[in-house]
Parts: sequence; structure tokens; C-alpha cells
Amino acid sequence: MTRIAPFVAGFVFAAGLGVGGMTQPSKVLAFLDLFGAWDPSLAFVMLGAIVVHAPAVRWILRRPAPLLAARFVLPIKKDVDGRLLAGAVIFGAGWGMAGYCPGPAITALGGGVGAAAIFVPAMIVGMWFHRVRLTRADPAAAPLPSATRGR
Amino acid sequence: MASFTPVASLVGGAMIGLAASLLLLCDGRIAGISGIVGGLLSPVTGDTTWRALFLLGLALGGLAMRLVDPTLVQTQLDLSPRTLAASGLLVGFGTALGSGCTSGHGVCGLSRGSRRSLVATITFIGTGIVMVWFVRHVLDGYRG
Repeated sequence: MTRIAPFVAGFVFAAGLGVGGMTQPSKVLAFLDLFGAWDPSLAFVMLGAIVVHAPAVRWILRRPAPLLAARFVLPIKKDVDGRLLAGAVIFGAGWGMAGYCPGPAITALGGGVGAAAIFVPAMIVGMWFHRVRLTRADPAAAPLPSATRGR
Repeated sequence: MASFTPVASLVGGAMIGLAASLLLLCDGRIAGISGIVGGLLSPVTGDTTWRALFLLGLALGGLAMRLVDPTLVQTQLDLSPRTLAASGLLVGFGTALGSGCTSGHGVCGLSRGSRRSLVATITFIGTGIVMVWFVRHVLDGYRG
């Protein structure tokens, strides 16, 4: 059971991305093309996800611990800082170039899409560059701490 | 307006919300894809299996979609390898620096009412819009 839950979550997540249109970069770019042939569909993906997940989060976090793990692992940082803003700016620029964000790119890679076979390794190099190179040079750039709560 | 699919997108979104809820309920983890991948780059003992299994599910979900309806995972864009690689580098670096992507900030963070995630989501959608505007409407005829 402990092994099947994350697998099923990943599979359903991918199916949701596909049904919602997120795995079609042309549709993602149409969502971002506010000054062209704008397609607002992807706002509905976000809306649908939040409508389901927001009440579920409130209900789930009332539990003392998750069903199959010792504790919840949640971000604790609350303040907006330069790292968050710079990261979001850089991510948005890359997203607007090819229409892939991490989830749909990995899903497309599994679906055998050639573009994703270039995008995903480059994405991992980008993450690696931040995590390994910068974290070594500057401890403040290390992954943010998380709060854990549970048994 | 290009093909507007509010119902399919709402349903797909609800499935994403369900998947994120399942992961939180069972494993106590946030379904932020960039964070899940990033955690495998600096692995911590006992913290890798769920990440690998989630990503395997994600990739096999993509394979299943290809078998059911290949149009769901087609790019329909003709981008050069250079553009794809540059885009991937920016997405990887940016999501690591900003501690999240569309799923971690845009779905999970907003669902938890995180102000950081709200600011991040507005920012990356904003720069995404600026990038598409620049490529499509300033660099006229640019195809990557």
C-alpha cells in the first residue's frame, strides 16, 4: 500500500494534466498569449484543482498524521523574498518559451514526445545547477526547510 | 479565441486536485513536481522511493495517454532543440530557486492559502505572458 499510493497519485496527476490540456504546449502558450488568440482554458485547470484540493487539505491536515507515513512535510517559510521572485521570473520565462512546466514535461516524456526528451534533461541540469553548484557556494541557497508534524 | 475547453479543463484540474490530495493524505507530501524531482538530485535516505514512484506514475500516465489518444500529448509546436534546451534550463533553475512550479505553488500552495505561492504564481504567469508576447508579437514570425 505504501508503494502504490504515490504511484497512483502520479498516474492520476498525469491523466488530469492530459484531460485538462496541460500536456499540449500549444494550448499552454495559447493560455499565456493574452495579447493574441487567448485560450483561458488552463485557468480552469487551476480552478478545478484548487476547488478539490483546498477543502481536502483542510480536512487532511486535521489528522494527527498521514495514513501511510509518520508525518506531514510542509513548507514553513512565510515571507516573500528575492529568491522566490527571481525564481518565479526565470521559471515563467522558460515556461513561455516552450509551454512546458515540470509535470507536463515528464508526462510527455513518458508519452514518448521528442521535445520532452530534450526539455527534461535540460530541466534537470538547471535544477542540478541550482541545487549542487549554488548550494555548495552559498548555504542560504539550500533547499528551504520544511516543518514536519505527525506521530 | 483558440479551442476553449472549460469543462475538460475543469475535470482535468479536479483530477490533479484529487491526486495531490491522495499524496498528502497517504504520504503527507506536497505534490509539487519540481520539488519531487529536485529531492532526487540531493537524495536523503528513506526519502527517495515515494518520489521515484510518483514520477514513474506520472511518466506511465503519459504513456497511457499516448496509447488512448496521442493528441493529448502532442506538442504541435516546431521548436528547435536549442530553444527546448534553453527553456528546460530556465524552468529547472527557476523552479529550484523559487521553490516550486505550477503544481507546487499554483495548485498546492494556493490551496493551502500560501501568500508566497500566490506571489510566485502571479509572477510566473506574468513573465510567461510577457515571454509569449515578446516571441509572438515582437519577434514577428519567430519560430524558435
